[in-house]
Amino acid sequence: MNKIVLGLILGGILGILDGLTAWFTPAVRSGIVGIVIGSMVKGLIAGVLIGFFARKVNSLALGIVFGLAVGAFLAWIIAFMQHGYYFQIMLPGAMVGLIVGYATQKYGESSRLQRA
Amino acid sequence: MKFLPDQVVARLQTELQTPDLSGTRYRALKFLGQGGMAIVWLAEDSILRRPVALKILSAEKSSADLPARLMQEAVILARLEHPGIVPVHDAGTLPDGCTFYCMKHVEGQTLDHYIGRLGLRQRLQLLQRIAEPLAFAHSRGIIHRDLKPANIMVGSFGEVLIMDWGLARVIENSAAAQQNPAASDEGGPPTAERSPAFSPGLYTTVHGTVLGTPGFMAPEQERGDVNATDQRTDVFAFGAILNYILRDNTTSSDRERGPRSLHAICRKAMSSEMAGRYSTVQELSADLGKYLDNLPVSAYRENIVERAARLIARHRVAVVLVLAYLFMRVLFVLFSR
Repeated sequence: MNKIVLGLILGGILGILDGLTAWFTPAVRSGIVGIVIGSMVKGLIAGVLIGFFARKVNSLALGIVFGLAVGAFLAWIIAFMQHGYYFQIMLPGAMVGLIVGYATQKYGESSRLQRA
Repeated sequence: MKFLPDQVVARLQTELQTPDLSGTRYRALKFLGQGGMAIVWLAEDSILRRPVALKILSAEKSSADLPARLMQEAVILARLEHPGIVPVHDAGTLPDGCTFYCMKHVEGQTLDHYIGRLGLRQRLQLLQRIAEPLAFAHSRGIIHRDLKPANIMVGSFGEVLIMDWGLARVIENSAAAQQNPAASDEGGPPTAERSPAFSPGLYTTVHGTVLGTPGFMAPEQERGDVNATDQRTDVFAFGAILNYILRDNTTSSDRERGPRSLHAICRKAMSSEMAGRYSTVQELSADLGKYLDNLPVSAYRENIVERAARLIARHRVAVVLVLAYLFMRVLFVLFSR
């Protein structure tokens, strides 16, 4: 599968799952729909960026580092907007980025130009 | 009566064993070993100034057909130009009438000595490399018929060479000859039908003759059914080598290593029925490659647990990452309450 498409799908799915875990926190349960949508959009943006990076740079280590950085940065923006919960938001966000970074490098197909 | 001193006797024995290389470009250096029909000497090529190995027919073992067999071995080797097959440089008759051929001197260890230091994965990768020259020989219509660890040399730089093609057989009407009939007409390797070196009158193994090494010999070889032998005979021997390397020779218990799929590959390769074996050595090597890549092998139908275990092993990093993520999420849920 194309690296960008893979990043997009994986980022979206993991973003939804990430958002759904908010259900276990009673304080924010009422706003779960918004959280899930926001988390999915964050995952999609991270997935596209990481997938695009994976297409340009063919390195597992760099892909993981970039994924981690993008995931952490996007999560930081969310936490900044929330005025708190930095650790609770940034750690899972960074991990999602790391997983997407690994997966796009490991399982994503290179573009035709790169294969040629 | 006066006895000769031991040193003199030893010197005489050495002189008697040393081949007569007078008038040739070679100078004998060291006795390397003895095979079924020939001795091998390390020699120096005085013109090119390089060490070479001379395989010389044993004088005491000379019979009418052995010179032809040794010459056939040289011709077969000359026909098989591949990095995994020891190259032959020269062939002919020595001043004392002994038939010989000259080949590259390979320094290294035989497979049985070399694999002791390797893990299972490295052993299998090495085996895959052995399959390459063997498949090449098969594509040229030649089967080895004496494949065993002692006939596989691993060089000092890790290069793998298949040695001792003394029992090799040219399969008539080989696929290679059919695919490229013009090759022999244009200076390429001669086919069994056309070359005088391979003419049935010169040397062929008589039906009923048992040639090979017990333990690595296919059933059709044990029966002496020469006409039945084809590349699947080498597939059997290759399977026997796989079986050999799966056994942990470093321990006295000789216990078996490797999972069921690997043993299934071995069983398929060593099937007593030729039709039950892999049809080519490439197929066998491909199955080994699949095993190494944690993919399903054709020789074994795995159950759902084995399949899951294989998939987890194949994607273990991804599995660990996802599990770590889930674990972290569970911790967050537990501590946020």
